[in-house]
Amino acid sequence: MVEPLSPLETDWKPGHYGHVANGAGVTLSQTQPGSIVQAAAFAGEEKTLIAALKDATGLALPDGAGAGVINGARAAFGIAPGRFLLVDQAEGLADTLSSAVQADTGTLTDLSHGRTAIRVAGTSAQWVLAKLFAIDFALTAFPVANGCSTAHHDIFAHIQRTGETQFDLYVFRSFARSFWKSLCHASEDVGYQVK
Amino acid sequence: MLINCPYCGPRDLSEFTYRGDANRTRPADTSTDQAAWNAYVYERVNTAGDHPEYWQHSGGCRSHILVMRSTLTHEIASVSLARGQKKASARRQQKKRPARRRQEDRT
Repeated sequence: MVEPLSPLETDWKPGHYGHVANGAGVTLSQTQPGSIVQAAAFAGEEKTLIAALKDATGLALPDGAGAGVINGARAAFGIAPGRFLLVDQAEGLADTLSSAVQADTGTLTDLSHGRTAIRVAGTSAQWVLAKLFAIDFALTAFPVANGCSTAHHDIFAHIQRTGETQFDLYVFRSFARSFWKSLCHASEDVGYQVK
Repeated sequence: MLINCPYCGPRDLSEFTYRGDANRTRPADTSTDQAAWNAYVYERVNTAGDHPEYWQHSGGCRSHILVMRSTLTHEIASVSLARGQKKASARRQQKKRPARRRQEDRT
């Protein structure tokens, strides 16, 4: 496999920044998953696809818009009607799925090198993200494991809540550095740690 | 303005793209009826009140949706997925692309 390189490169500078007198409000990191795959069901094949994904990965996607599941190194969530984003820290998920999902069930797109995964964690994660996205990030409206599709000034983002105060963001690789900069600016008032 | 996407829930207008008046009936692809094509391309009912229209949640789940919006108050009476609509309109959605190409050829 080709070694995945972070597009953030020169702008990736571990350390503490902003107003950190009372400690960093958020920690920004990259999860660098080995596999990111989008699965899309043909009309009427949604349940068959969900069952096939479960058999292949052990991820049982619950019913409901944006519903998701986290299982150790793997995670998945709904991004649109009949479409799901699957993430694995290990490489090769696309190959595993392509033999598990029948051609008349749906399609798979390997996005492993097409998306950059950024993790925003900490007590102020909700506050920082609320500056960027017009989404209700409250725990009751956006439960753990759920995901959503949204955009920040036309930079498309898939967001999954991976903990009560932790969110994983998947943004287009080519926009990742630009998005990273605005994320850092948004984090300055609460102080942030890059690691 | 907020649009209540059937999949994503209430989202800001900036995430959506207007996809046109849903009052129109598209002639068959093989139709050479100039009057019917003229009506489809140019004629609008210009409703003052509830107006059915297609939108796409382009900054979200990317679904095409059918929105009933009041042109007087921007109040939205109903939102549903366009894909669940009756067959004729679903066919219109799918075949939109070749139609646009044909218009471009003409200009």
